[in-house]
Amino acid sequence: MSKNKLFRRDVVTKLMAVRGDALCISGLGSPTWDLAAIDHRPENFYIWGGMGGAAPTGLGLALAQPDRTVWVLTGDGEQLMGVGSFSTIALQQPKNMAVIVLDNEHYGETGMQAAPTGRGTDLAAMAAGAGIGNTMTIRNEAELDELVAVLKKGQFPLVAVIKIDVATGETIMPPRDGKFVKNTFRSAVLGPDKALHPN
Amino acid sequence: MSGDWSANAHSLFKEHGIKQVAYVPDAGLSGIIKASLADNDIQTVPLTTEEEGIAVAAGAWLGGQKCAVMMQSSGVGNTINMIASLTTTCAFPLFMIVTMRGDYGESNPWQMPMGRAVEPVLEAVGVRCLRADTAEDAADAIQAGLMMSFHGGEAVAVLIGQKLIGAKAFSAPAAQDAAGD
Repeated sequence: MSKNKLFRRDVVTKLMAVRGDALCISGLGSPTWDLAAIDHRPENFYIWGGMGGAAPTGLGLALAQPDRTVWVLTGDGEQLMGVGSFSTIALQQPKNMAVIVLDNEHYGETGMQAAPTGRGTDLAAMAAGAGIGNTMTIRNEAELDELVAVLKKGQFPLVAVIKIDVATGETIMPPRDGKFVKNTFRSAVLGPDKALHPN
Repeated sequence: MSGDWSANAHSLFKEHGIKQVAYVPDAGLSGIIKASLADNDIQTVPLTTEEEGIAVAAGAWLGGQKCAVMMQSSGVGNTINMIASLTTTCAFPLFMIVTMRGDYGESNPWQMPMGRAVEPVLEAVGVRCLRADTAEDAADAIQAGLMMSFHGGEAVAVLIGQKLIGAKAFSAPAAQDAAGD
């Protein structure tokens, strides 16, 4: 691990410490393992596929639950595939939603191929260009502290891109049955009765 | 129900408690889009690409709301991995209205292959297609599809054919003049 880059697990640990009762959607690959490793709970919806879908899933949830905070925790490749969703989110201006991108500048799950984010593509600038008012790029501990403050204040919608080392933590897998994860999440958010007997 | 399938669709959305309508615009959808925009109880979510709508609908369901997803048939091609990976894997209910191109009376060859592929491709990833070619068919299929998706837990697409919405005219001005003669 290079000395001056943030380590993803430390970053996620710090963020989850101020999560409160925020609902969390994780994007496929390492962000899902990170969330499962550090803050496993029923209010996590772990995505294992559907690349590009984490942020718009978060948007549908944020619109349906305007009184809850929604965090989307994803990677740079996943977000880049769904980059148009920055515009879709900006149009709605959800006051309860943050997209947090763990940006290691690589496609980690497929063999660490270089991603455009390491070669000039600036996801925070793309979010700003789409109309997201609060955007941040985080490169060190001090900037991470600023992000923590912004998350605590709830200055949303927010897109925060956190530059991290390519190092990964131990692979901790959440339940892989999507139906189970969906029903667990809905039961936690809506109560078991409404979750299992929708009308 | 009366002949205006868009107005019928909007009343059915209300009856079934649809709270979000996510869409990429199409000429055939303009009536429902207008009605949704004018309705303060429905959140309209315009999309940059159709697969976002599949994910928005899943997120809405996670939060206890029903979302209808609308697109032109070309856009179906963009949704396939999101439907297969997210909707089908997790058995999310999905209700789509797809207005057809590359269908009855089409004169743009670029629309034909996707028009032909819509049904087999959707069926391949687990979406049931209900085809509608008259206003009456459309209202019936929308009513049936809303029941099958949000109560039956299925993924359903109502395909509105060009027999109902009409084929888009493509002809050069000179040709139009000639045709007018």
